[in-house]
Amino acid sequence: MISTMECAADAQSLISISLMKIHNSRTQRGGIKLHKNLLVSYVLRNARQVYIKEKYAEIYRMQQYEEVMTVCNEIQELNPLDLDAEDAEDEEQAAAHARTSSAIFGCSPLDDGSKEPDPCYYRSCCMEPSPVPHCDQFTANNSSSSSSHCNKTTVLDLDTHVVTTVENGYLHQDCCCCDALQCGQGARSPARKRKVEFSCCVSDVEDVSDFTAARKRAKREDCCYSNIDYTDTSNISNLISIFGSGFSGLLSRQSDLEQICSKQVLASLGAWTRAIVAF
Amino acid sequence: MGEDAESPKINHTFLRDYVTEADVISTVEFNQTGDLLATGDKGGRVVIFQRETDSKGESEEVGETGDSGEYNVYSTFQSHEPDFDYLKSLEIEEKINKIRWLPQQNAAHFLLSTNDKTIKLWKVSERDKRPEGYNLKDEEGRLKDISTITSLQVPVLRPTDLMVEVRPRRVFSNGHTYHVNSISVNSDGETYLSADDLRINMWNLGITDRSFNIVDIKPANMEDLTEVITAAEFHPHHCHLFVYSSSKGTLRLCDMRSSALCDRHTKLFEEPEDPGSRSFFSEIISSVSDVKFSHSGRYLLTRDYLTAKVWDLNMDKGPVETYQVHEYLRSKLCSLYENDCIFDKFECVWNSSDSVIMTGAYNSFFRMFDRETGRGVTLEAWRESSKPRAVLRTRRVYSGGKRRRGDVGVDSLDFTKKILHMAWHPSENIIAIAATNNLYIFQDRVNPETQLQ
Repeated sequence: MISTMECAADAQSLISISLMKIHNSRTQRGGIKLHKNLLVSYVLRNARQVYIKEKYAEIYRMQQYEEVMTVCNEIQELNPLDLDAEDAEDEEQAAAHARTSSAIFGCSPLDDGSKEPDPCYYRSCCMEPSPVPHCDQFTANNSSSSSSHCNKTTVLDLDTHVVTTVENGYLHQDCCCCDALQCGQGARSPARKRKVEFSCCVSDVEDVSDFTAARKRAKREDCCYSNIDYTDTSNISNLISIFGSGFSGLLSRQSDLEQICSKQVLASLGAWTRAIVAF
Repeated sequence: MGEDAESPKINHTFLRDYVTEADVISTVEFNQTGDLLATGDKGGRVVIFQRETDSKGESEEVGETGDSGEYNVYSTFQSHEPDFDYLKSLEIEEKINKIRWLPQQNAAHFLLSTNDKTIKLWKVSERDKRPEGYNLKDEEGRLKDISTITSLQVPVLRPTDLMVEVRPRRVFSNGHTYHVNSISVNSDGETYLSADDLRINMWNLGITDRSFNIVDIKPANMEDLTEVITAAEFHPHHCHLFVYSSSKGTLRLCDMRSSALCDRHTKLFEEPEDPGSRSFFSEIISSVSDVKFSHSGRYLLTRDYLTAKVWDLNMDKGPVETYQVHEYLRSKLCSLYENDCIFDKFECVWNSSDSVIMTGAYNSFFRMFDRETGRGVTLEAWRESSKPRAVLRTRRVYSGGKRRRGDVGVDSLDFTKKILHMAWHPSENIIAIAATNNLYIFQDRVNPETQLQ
């Protein structure tokens, strides 16, 4: 567990610094130093994990707010809702995301009851062969998808007006990439997430929902850190395969969903990442 | 006390801080008797220092060693040149990574020096006589006109000024694909090992065109790579045992009698990671940068970024002693990662009786730890504060609590002044510290001989 002192902002700068180091090592005298680059790739992996975790948390917070807004709009006449300062900021984003997601899917998120799963979101996203078109919208999908999760129970506390999503005792956090497929998952390692994505996309649409639901249930009890050995290896292998094929490896593997996930994460980090990737 | 054994001072103080990259010392090693001290630098040069002995006949009383303790330059030679791998279009640095002396068997001295790819065996010999009185050649070596020769003479050896000759006797090349980080001479006197990031080879000192691969941790798919070899050393007494350290902080003891390929270790030394102290840089700071057997062969000394640890060969569950070298840097790891200091590889050494361990730090500081008391002391290798024969004073890094006069704040540390390489005399309390391009030799006058327990 990375110390909670390191926040996502540090993770972003670490990713940037690490990529620069790896890039600079190519022109260093004496050739690429294997040991140093291996250590840098570990930092990159750790930073990436923290960054994704923070992203999930942010998305979850936005989701929760969206649910609150949705429910409170319906019971507006009972009590006005008190918004926190940070919720006010999220409100604009959530509203914007709600609008864009409704434009894509033709369904109004506001119509989504917090209790009814919405199969139209689920299947339509699963039919997409690649989540690339959704990469800019994945947050939108997340924000509107929470209520379409078929296994969760959403509880509104009428006294405190807090909306809680509970799944067999576990608070629910959506995976940013899986939500492109409307497969809400518990907080998991990126390697497992990518596996589910891939298998989701090649399966039948009907099978997908059952398959992913089953995997979700199986995974829910998994602590992501119990699989740390496997994910360590696969993460390192993915990173090293990226670096081994040059920075073009970050962009060229369009057909490989695992790399798309990396690309999504990196693309979302902003213009500075694109500048480095463009070398 | 102390002696600055650097090259002659130049009278330009503004040039004092300018360091040529090639002059940076990259390795230091005493020979088995301690009379010779070799240093290698980034420019591929080796400088050998010899200990001065007092002139004979001068107040030599019973019991005195007769050595003044001063080391002077004995010989200098270019060991490695910059090279180029045409197949991979890679430049091969001439930097000397390690020097190891062979046990002396005759009047000549032998040492092994290595850069990233090639190991060389050098013969260092003295010549203080030369033949004179050749019949066919004159004193300058020119051929004489035969018609001027009227008699025959027998050439005789006459004393001349001491000349030190260094000649390459063996070149062990093409044994390594990755960068060589360690060499270690076996106690059998015939073989030695060389280790790179993924493989360890065993060579015979007399055979250059063949080596045995004894450890290979290269995965079938390089994408599965998770650790590299960082250091390796033969056991001081058992010729079948060697140890190697990894970037994951583990040590592996291997027995060459068990199999030809020692990929499977005989013993694995590993300390479980403390999950509470996990950070972005956990993998980096746990990487072992140096491993040394104790002289007794019973213990191992390892150095990672923040600590030095002593391991008992009989216990593989964890180190028996852990010494915090500069724990105050733990909160600065992010900055140290940015400026690459976190990748610095510090060496560590034992004293002759294995009672004290020593390792380097930043700001020209180095640390000694007394194993019996567990206490550590910080000393400084810096020209301004150590005049010849002056007593080294202990330093302190202030990181909280009561601040004393002379303490250095953590933020004032100069991270460009790092003590990475050092050596301890095999039998006396004399240490050689490499500080960038300077070599400092310190001697304990109070206890010159190490008391054996």
